[in-house]
Amino acid sequence: MRPQDILIPAAAGLCCKPGGFHIDPVRAVERAVITHGHSDHARAGHGAVLATQETLDMMRLRYGDNFARSTQAVRYGEEIRLGDVKIKFHPAGHVLGSAQIAVSCKDTCIVASGDYKDAIDPTCTPFEVVPCDVFITEATFGLPVFRHGDAADEVKKLLASVALFPERAHLVGAYSLGKAQRVIALLRQEGCDAPIYLHGAMEEITHYYESRGIALGELRTVKGVKKADLAGTITLAPPSATSDIWTRRFPDPVTAFASGWMRVRARARQRGVELPLVISDHADWDGLTATIEATGAGEVWVTHGQEDALVHWCKTRGLAARPLDLVGYGDEEEHEVVAADEAEA
Amino acid sequence: MNRFAELLDRLAYEPGRNNKLRLITAYFRDTPDPDRGYALAALTGALSFKHAKPGLIRDLIMDRTDPVLFGLSYDYVGDLSETVALMWPKAAPAGHNNPPPPTLSEVVTTLRTLGKTDLPKQLARWLDELDEIGRWALLKLVTGAMRIGISARLAKTAAAALGDKDPHEIELIWPGLAPPYLDLFAWLEGRGEKPVNRDPAPFRPVMLAHAIEDTDFASLDPADFIAEWKWDGIRVQAVAGRDERGYMQARLYSRTGEDITKSFPDLVPSLHLPGAIDGELLVLREGRVQTFNVLQQRLNRKVVSPKLIKDFPIHLRAYDLLGDDENDLRELPFAERRAHLDAFVRKLDDPRIDLSPTIAFDSWETLMAARADPSSAGAGEDAEAVEGVMLKRRDAPYLPGRPKGQWWKWKRDPHIIDAVLMYAQRGHGKRSSYYSDYTFGVWTSGEDGEQLVPVGKAYFGFTDEELLQIDRFVRRNTTEKFGPVRHVVHEPDQGLVLEVAFEGLARSPRHKSGVAMRFPRISRLRWDKPPREADRLETLERMLKDVTAN
Repeated sequence: MRPQDILIPAAAGLCCKPGGFHIDPVRAVERAVITHGHSDHARAGHGAVLATQETLDMMRLRYGDNFARSTQAVRYGEEIRLGDVKIKFHPAGHVLGSAQIAVSCKDTCIVASGDYKDAIDPTCTPFEVVPCDVFITEATFGLPVFRHGDAADEVKKLLASVALFPERAHLVGAYSLGKAQRVIALLRQEGCDAPIYLHGAMEEITHYYESRGIALGELRTVKGVKKADLAGTITLAPPSATSDIWTRRFPDPVTAFASGWMRVRARARQRGVELPLVISDHADWDGLTATIEATGAGEVWVTHGQEDALVHWCKTRGLAARPLDLVGYGDEEEHEVVAADEAEA
Repeated sequence: MNRFAELLDRLAYEPGRNNKLRLITAYFRDTPDPDRGYALAALTGALSFKHAKPGLIRDLIMDRTDPVLFGLSYDYVGDLSETVALMWPKAAPAGHNNPPPPTLSEVVTTLRTLGKTDLPKQLARWLDELDEIGRWALLKLVTGAMRIGISARLAKTAAAALGDKDPHEIELIWPGLAPPYLDLFAWLEGRGEKPVNRDPAPFRPVMLAHAIEDTDFASLDPADFIAEWKWDGIRVQAVAGRDERGYMQARLYSRTGEDITKSFPDLVPSLHLPGAIDGELLVLREGRVQTFNVLQQRLNRKVVSPKLIKDFPIHLRAYDLLGDDENDLRELPFAERRAHLDAFVRKLDDPRIDLSPTIAFDSWETLMAARADPSSAGAGEDAEAVEGVMLKRRDAPYLPGRPKGQWWKWKRDPHIIDAVLMYAQRGHGKRSSYYSDYTFGVWTSGEDGEQLVPVGKAYFGFTDEELLQIDRFVRRNTTEKFGPVRHVVHEPDQGLVLEVAFEGLARSPRHKSGVAMRFPRISRLRWDKPPREADRLETLERMLKDVTAN
């Protein structure tokens, strides 16, 4: 069977005809298999939704109880038959509950990785290499200039800045699902035991992480705290809020931003970031290429991001590769629009 | 190197002056000698080694990476050093035999003596040993393109803070210091004596004037002031003194303290008496002062040919004396210094140095008439090189900086301002390969302290030669690119000052500055002037009032 007979890009997303489902569809479909809870992958309005328990919970938090007609929770490693295909979820290491989806039909196996990273993250199950014939990879950081380094070093940089400017507040822009909790967990690992403050828009999801057994130490809501009391503290906020009038409640804030994009100066400067922290929940260039090699796949399909470079690299390695040209996915940070005032209300 | 790289990295993102100071001071406190000394040298531009060419860096990366991937990456990042720093292939995994990353001292001292042929290999070795930020800083350092918005003054101020000293104290001893400044840091940390400036001909920080406004005259008594012509040349300080062996050393400094002696070797023999003259550098032909455009031919020349010296004979017109032999005169009132100067110039008895004449006046009206017609008020044939008058309080000591109420400048043409080049855009037609459209700005106080606000755009007024010079400046000093627009460095101590002439001024809500100029054109390039000394928005606003009042 040809791989494109199993999975094919369609307007609604990656479509599995023999299985009768779409993976991370961007439009409402009858049956959706969702890799993880970020809003560009997990949307409301589908008929049946198959995902990990955490992903389903996150969708419920974001969209309310009626986000789909029916849901089914799947565990990592559990195999499920859908039509003529079998699917199996494997940890993707991207955020809590994120999964790669292996789709097998006869003797062909395709892995749709969703978003993934091979770096250590204390807030989610580590990425697992899944041997396959066709590997569908993201390419968010698909250029050799993106090498993320050790996230712990970035957090040390943040703590050093707090020590140097004890009279200022440190405001860390971070995506509220995954990145924020990872930054908090990293801060705890580096020995920071002071209370960490949260923007209102982050509280619910962060408390959800805690409810899943992820220890994050003492967290406080920043709302209502006196300006002077925020000196020397760290506050996590959605990236859009860090350039908002919302920041006026902080004493001379140092604006940090935790993202893989911070590797490139122009990107950091465009956002007016003073303390770029290269912390990413996506695989970097080395991670992408190492993973492709490790899966043993002879064919690689590249979805959203810097497809050209990764496709080129695959070809130099003798791998068949093509961009999938799916639309609707991308940097989740740019999708996150938070009306700060509303979130605070 | 890594610690220095972290500092540079952080400074590159930090907008606030005080925070920059804190970061640099903390670095000086935490970093041992001699690394911090070399860092101070790097930040003050005091390091000297041959810079690596971008082509060399490009060759290094081309040898090590896929050219397609490099092309895509360079496109994305937009900066060669940064692209190379980020995509430099990781060296073999750390083992016992891997050398530690180089220290800043190692890099600086090696570069000083390294032969050209050994440079690529050595650079590659360091790039292998450093991390991303370390590589970025190294490449910025070796290509001589740091551009992180730190002035030498700021770095010295940060060093001074280490020992709670006045930065002015460091300025005074600075010419006698050399990297890695062990004696300076020892003094700052209270471990050693204050270094003595053994420079026989040191620079003294200059005194500057405020622009006078019509309303100022009411409170000023003409009897308190001495007036002189404001010459349209270059402000210099000419210093001479005897070194330890008794030889006369003469130096010419720009207003910022830059040693420009090499560009004017023809003036050196004239400085044959120990002393420090504050004056104007001019070109004189047959005793007549030439316009600034003529003088400009002698500026920024790498080679000063005998022909240049002959065609553009240089002259110093003295208006103040800061030191006479061993005596520091700066505490004396101006009237007394002027008497010393008179005697000094007479003693020099040199055709290349003369006294800037004073203008006799008994009321502001007489002075105004003189200003309007310098030719018949004593400037004679030199009138064309007069750009206004200077008013100096008789009792004013020589104070560094721009003290209030002591010196005033009263320019002739109200429709000229000094602005700072902020953005440049390519022109059209035959100028399409040149950055020929310039957005310029003036200073104003904003939320984040002093900032430049754009006040206009000019496309002409410069010569073809000047266009080439500006184009070159733009390309070498671009900090960011937005499509066809280049963001050109415009910091208080880095950037290009443009003298802009214009026909009129109107209020304009469409402009951020609130004013719009009519027919602005570049009347002159002020390579000699640091951006910090460009005009302020308030000056334009006052002009606006004057215009509407007329």
